[in-house]
Amino acid sequence: MLINIVLNGKKITREIEPDLLLIDFVRKEGCFSVKRGCETSNCGLCTVFLNDKPVLSCSLLAARADGQQVTTLEGLQEEAAEFGAFIADQGAEQCGFCNPGFIMNALALFRENPEPGEEEIKEYLAGNLCRCSGYEGQLRGILNFLAWKKDKKRGVSL
Amino acid sequence: MKIVNQPLRKKDAMQLVTGQPVYMDDIAPANCLVVKLLRSPHANAIVTSINTAIAAKVPGIEAIYTWEDVDQDARRFTCAGQTYPEPSPYDRLLLDRHVRFVGDPVAIVAGETEKAVDKALSLIKVQYEILEPILDFHQSLDNKILIHPEDNWESLCPVGADNKRNLCAHDECGAGDIEAVLADCDVVIDRVYHTKAVQQTMMETFRTFCTIDTYGRLNVVSSTQIVFHCRRIIANALHIPQTKIRVSKPRIGGGFGAKQTSITEIYPAFVTWMTKKPSKLIFSREESMIASTPRHEMEVHVRVGAMNDGKIRAIDVYTLSNTGAYGEHGPTTVGLSGHKSIPLYRTESYRFVSDVVYTNRMSAGAYRGYGATQGLFAVESAVNELAAKLDIDPIELREMNIAREGDMMPAYYDSWNTSSALDRCLKRVREMSRWDEKYPVRDMGNGKVRSLGIGMSMQGSSIPFVDVGSATLKVNDDGFYTLIIGSADMGTGCDTVLAQIAAEVLECEYDDVTVFGADTDVSPYDSGSYASSTTYLTGKAVEICAQKLRGKICALGAQLLGCSADEVVFDGRCVTRTQPAADGKNSIALADIATASMCGNSVALEETVTKSSPVSPPPYMVGVAEVEVDLLTGQAEVIEFNAVVDCGTPINPNLARVQAEGGILQGIGMALMENITYTPEGRVVENSLMQYKIPSRVDIGHIHVEFESSYEGTGPFGAKSIGEVVINTPGPAIAHAIYNATGHRYYELPITPEQIVMPEK
Ligand code: FES
Ligand code: FES
Repeated sequence: MLINIVLNGKKITREIEPDLLLIDFVRKEGCFSVKRGCETSNCGLCTVFLNDKPVLSCSLLAARADGQQVTTLEGLQEEAAEFGAFIADQGAEQCGFCNPGFIMNALALFRENPEPGEEEIKEYLAGNLCRCSGYEGQLRGILNFLAWKKDKKRGVSL
Repeated sequence: MKIVNQPLRKKDAMQLVTGQPVYMDDIAPANCLVVKLLRSPHANAIVTSINTAIAAKVPGIEAIYTWEDVDQDARRFTCAGQTYPEPSPYDRLLLDRHVRFVGDPVAIVAGETEKAVDKALSLIKVQYEILEPILDFHQSLDNKILIHPEDNWESLCPVGADNKRNLCAHDECGAGDIEAVLADCDVVIDRVYHTKAVQQTMMETFRTFCTIDTYGRLNVVSSTQIVFHCRRIIANALHIPQTKIRVSKPRIGGGFGAKQTSITEIYPAFVTWMTKKPSKLIFSREESMIASTPRHEMEVHVRVGAMNDGKIRAIDVYTLSNTGAYGEHGPTTVGLSGHKSIPLYRTESYRFVSDVVYTNRMSAGAYRGYGATQGLFAVESAVNELAAKLDIDPIELREMNIAREGDMMPAYYDSWNTSSALDRCLKRVREMSRWDEKYPVRDMGNGKVRSLGIGMSMQGSSIPFVDVGSATLKVNDDGFYTLIIGSADMGTGCDTVLAQIAAEVLECEYDDVTVFGADTDVSPYDSGSYASSTTYLTGKAVEICAQKLRGKICALGAQLLGCSADEVVFDGRCVTRTQPAADGKNSIALADIATASMCGNSVALEETVTKSSPVSPPPYMVGVAEVEVDLLTGQAEVIEFNAVVDCGTPINPNLARVQAEGGILQGIGMALMENITYTPEGRVVENSLMQYKIPSRVDIGHIHVEFESSYEGTGPFGAKSIGEVVINTPGPAIAHAIYNATGHRYYELPITPEQIVMPEK
């Protein structure tokens, strides 16, 4: 079947098998940041945006994204680097395999709720598993990033 | 120190956080054949017939291999990544007619698409002669059912193995008359502890791709901790010379020991070698759960004898370990259960006896902690029980009995305790956890109680006399350096840590050292990243290598300045004469030396150093868990985990900290939730992340890590290892805390809410 998708801002038309999963579709299109960690929708590694909302691309047919916008970390390089630098400053990116999905979902959180509290952060990101970090360094990175953002905003409004 | 002991960013950090394509499946050629395995549904069976004719006709299928394509009488091999001759028995064939666990490979299928391969897998017809399995490891030794009856089974090392007894290893050692000392003690704690098999659960499953290179050689790119061992294992499995094989690793999405065993490599290697076409095998999460290399299940019988005043006099440990269907890491993991638990204490006498047996479960393997985790749960739990019995504070009891710096440690292979801040770790953790105020338990008034528990831990730093760490350093144009290593950064940050050591010695910027690794064709030989060896051993090799390279830079610099090498000094930027020269040519910049080295020069500006160590200095750690227990539901949550680590000098405090935090949470998972269970037929129940729960970020309060550093003279800049010691304290500390909350002692992990509300009598 034929589908039209706006992938990272670029309109593409592709002939696909109806049972192709979105994760395999975007990887085929070179969006290798999207990772698979399970077959049961439990790890969050495959998180992408569908019309700016985070979804698990392993649990969605590519056909379902027909006519819609799909964004992966490849399309959010600046935001990823800006926030990711705070994770890097903790050394909390470690093996890195969970990072794209985690960072996608964190960016979604910041868009939805620019000043989340610690519990809100944990709840929102609960579906993003990480086996390396113990989550503590990721949390420190997020809190530092949010503090920096807040300072920046204040600086601008002064 | 300018660069060592600094919290620098990991070299690959920004590439990883921006999601660049650096892992195996991101760089595999698009035209790889998809390789999958048909797996046995039986725990113990002989393949009587296998029909692949219909499956082979599926469009797109390139090849199907079965045991008939593999010489059943050929030499067997092990998939364990260990130095040759491996202590792990040679008990595998690429495809064996005798399948020994549910999930053991029966056929290899390669095809153009995943769909075609899946179709073919479903069309292969196999008939089995089903044999009775042994699933309970208590039943294994001297059972009439033999897991490995075959005559070409082989044990290369004197580890006490005997396949005709289902015995993978046996060992005994000790000092003093253990029975006499125990008989003379006022109190003896005598308990049996049980830890289960648990999964490393790295987020990137096992995976490998293979191609044939320009020279007709097999080029293997794999998510592995052990490129050099891997080369030998593939050669052994395929029965081809090692000259034909090159193994390299890209970024690795976590290992934790799982990738110290060649789980996937041999299958696509075989496909590509036979077909001469590129191929790849990516394990599903399910395969990574049912046919991988989890922690050895162990039963540890501990007797600790002490006097009423608290003096511990003897520790006796007997460990029974379950290696599963194959012996990967069986003979070696078990040793740590005694040798890395008993030496924490000064004793008059000790004994340590162990048996490792085969069963029809998936093979166990290497998982961070490597047997120490199991032994420390047992010994530390026994010491906690002893403290209660003697009515002595558990920290005080430890302070009275721990091995101190300068002690001889008989149970630690008769070695000296050259560096230890364990006493300071105990002192600091008491403050951090507010022990005096919170221990043992506080009623929160809402049906919940909060309690504390403690555990100590030690590990090693490399395998003495065995492990080899190496480094090559060379000077490039402009005077920047390339560091080439054979150890594997699997998220641990060793590329960074090793570059920090090099930059410190070379007095250059951290960014002036680029790192390359690991590739068997290029890297100097290194046994690989395991056994807590990389920072300590490869790090030392880097340090020495950088020093030697400085010598070469001086030599060439002096030559260019027209003097001898002992008349110059190098400050990281310039080689300068100590005495002013008559011609005024006093100094030459490194960049100019580097440039000169590329024209009419006969001095190679590079150096390779290989290092092995006769000692394995233990890092130490103390952990205190604060657990909130809901007495009604049995829900136990770790709300605080306070840990103090002595890893010697932390080369990169950030990376040491995240290592500790991550290891602690894995330990918490093992203590409270993770468990591999089997159906009566021998099938793994927890075959997905749905059933096999690892901690998520809502399952943990906060983890606090601090360092109390001793200085280890044999390590680089005083460093010891960090990677493994950090996983061992949550087990005993949490069990202890739950005892303080409920009054019930737990001798088995994990401790589930059901067991807390309804404890077995
Ligand atoms: S791959 Fe695990 S949730 Fe999508
Ligand atoms: S960094 Fe390795 S899984 Fe999160």
